[in-house]
Amino acid sequence: MSDWVKTLSRVLYVDLARKRYWVEDREDLFGKWLGGIGVASQLYKEEVPRAADPLGPENTIIFAVGPLTGVFPMASKTIAVFKSPLNGYFAESHAGGRSASAIRFAGYGAIVIRGVSERPICLVIEPDRVRFRDASALWGVRSAETVGRILREITPGAGVRSILRIGGAGEKLVRYAMVMVETFRHFGRMGLGAVFGSKKLKAIVIAPGKVYRFPDMKRYRDIYQKIYDLAKGPKTKKYHDLGTAENVLVLDAIGALPTKNFSSGRFDGAGEISGEALVENVLARRVACSACPVACIHLAAIREEYEDEKFMYKTEFISYDYEPIYALGTNLGVKDRFGLLKLFKAVEDWGLDAISTGVILAWATEALERGLITKSETLVDLRWGNWRSYVAAIENIVRQPNEFYKVLAMGVEEAAKRYGGEDFAMSFNKVEPAGYLTGPLFFISLAIGFRHSHLDSGAYSLDQRIFSSGEELPSPREAVQKIIEEEAWRQVLTSLVLCLFARGVYDENLTSEALGSLGYSYSSADLRKLGREIYFEKQRLKWEEGFRASNLRIPKRITETPTPLGKISKEYFEEALKEFDNIVKKHNHVK
Amino acid sequence: MLACSRRLGFAGYEKSAIRVRSAGGVERGFTVVVCRACLDPPCARVCPEDALIPRPGGGIILRPERCNGCGHCVEACDIGAIWMDEETGKPIVCVYCGYCAQFCPHKVITLQEVEAV
Repeated sequence: MSDWVKTLSRVLYVDLARKRYWVEDREDLFGKWLGGIGVASQLYKEEVPRAADPLGPENTIIFAVGPLTGVFPMASKTIAVFKSPLNGYFAESHAGGRSASAIRFAGYGAIVIRGVSERPICLVIEPDRVRFRDASALWGVRSAETVGRILREITPGAGVRSILRIGGAGEKLVRYAMVMVETFRHFGRMGLGAVFGSKKLKAIVIAPGKVYRFPDMKRYRDIYQKIYDLAKGPKTKKYHDLGTAENVLVLDAIGALPTKNFSSGRFDGAGEISGEALVENVLARRVACSACPVACIHLAAIREEYEDEKFMYKTEFISYDYEPIYALGTNLGVKDRFGLLKLFKAVEDWGLDAISTGVILAWATEALERGLITKSETLVDLRWGNWRSYVAAIENIVRQPNEFYKVLAMGVEEAAKRYGGEDFAMSFNKVEPAGYLTGPLFFISLAIGFRHSHLDSGAYSLDQRIFSSGEELPSPREAVQKIIEEEAWRQVLTSLVLCLFARGVYDENLTSEALGSLGYSYSSADLRKLGREIYFEKQRLKWEEGFRASNLRIPKRITETPTPLGKISKEYFEEALKEFDNIVKKHNHVK
Repeated sequence: MLACSRRLGFAGYEKSAIRVRSAGGVERGFTVVVCRACLDPPCARVCPEDALIPRPGGGIILRPERCNGCGHCVEACDIGAIWMDEETGKPIVCVYCGYCAQFCPHKVITLQEVEAV
């Protein structure tokens, strides 16, 4: 085994209750499972009892990086694994910024955070020591951005450190609270922010300081150059030019742009909030995660006059991407660009997942429209396009001034259970969907996935391919197999750990060569096999926690609104979920 | 930063002769700190062991065998482009090889040829 793996195998364990930390050599895990999601899911298996309460002391937060982290282009992501407070199952979330290289060069391959602190705490992780800083003064500082600004002043490692923290939403245990990384990057989905909050963990600062020698300098530099050139080329063009916001018009044109709570696939204001319109009018800066030449992070300027004084102005910045545009824009009928950016800023400051927040507000808007709830619940006038009231509602989700908002803070599934409107409560396995009304494969993939990101398996692109080629839909079984096959390969990429925007750059051979230059020997076939193993290890964990796809609620709305592939058949969907259960059951049994 | 480390055969930041930091949050942009190759370098003037030799055309050359690790050069550099290597106890200084410039996608860092005077 490569010496490189030895440098990666140090796992930092932190016990928040006893304020202790220690390091264990886990070459047993990093040798077999590479790193990233491969290792993180094994650590989860050891750490988190299957019946653990996601917001109780038994839940454990696991961060992991991999062999390519910080040394190859686009190897910029950290994997977080935890039990999700939204659905109670094993969940996964990825974020970039400087988090991955900071963990790696602080000397760790993974960080395991156990227990609950009795008072607010900020972890400062440096090479060879961890400090438990009292964070009482930061608790209640509502904006996650401000918390970052304060921590920048009082912690070491400027320029290379990573700062993870929660906002008001995480403190208040909103089930879809996010964790902000640096500025404008997030562990967005699945509620990691609420898990932080439940542990009284306000922030983690990771300051790197270690270096490792490359085993074969020449080989490494040659393959690095090859990958660097590819990463700068056409394979990542979509991400650096318009960014993911390019999708707005593409999806609108084929009727796959979720609009007003998924009641339509076309939005009459798409042109005003498209990637093109944003570049033209508000794009102010583009930045990159560490170790990435792509720079996909698009920052918009919000230039705003003070409400109470004319000619007094301020300019703030906010990142944008396709998903928040869908969730807080098209899906809420918001076409006012300024209003849309203010909504982005609201979820950013409060520390909420943009997708879940948008989907929940869309349900609330429709529920109000249909009279299931009244303004005495919503307190503000939720109406399509009325962004000011949505900004106010976002604050209410965090502050929870009444019973209604307390329930909204638990997710759309809980809200619909309580107030009705399940037919149009958009969630799959209790998690609000990403924004692709492309066809059945996408939603099936969400139902059986771990991150509830469109990138789990890229099934929106399978749908789009079927649409553009004019082929017949695959059988439900084939559909599930296609999803699993793609998602299994992605387990390799996320064990290394690569950003999934790099998937077009790192094919099997290049991935194998990159690992080879660090002293690992994996053929393409070995990697494929490992990807499948990791995939089914994860599915087994969820199965043991009680997940059965065939028990899932399928929102009726999704069978009523036409997609480019026509209306989604409920029978097809149910059949696919049944097939999925059979595949997982068989796999668990064989093993 | 990573390219500079890579040139020396290391993964990580500590051996790099370049530092990049945000100018107070990423929305304000970044500052790249690297030796600007002064024509009359103050770091060389304060070196008690003549370990930093002014280089024809600007900048300095480190003679590590003469360095006693005092760190005066770090303090003398107003732009903060010299760091101590904690492992060796000696300063890390730019050697003007231009390797980093090959990996700067937006030509913030470029290699400029100057005449040795």
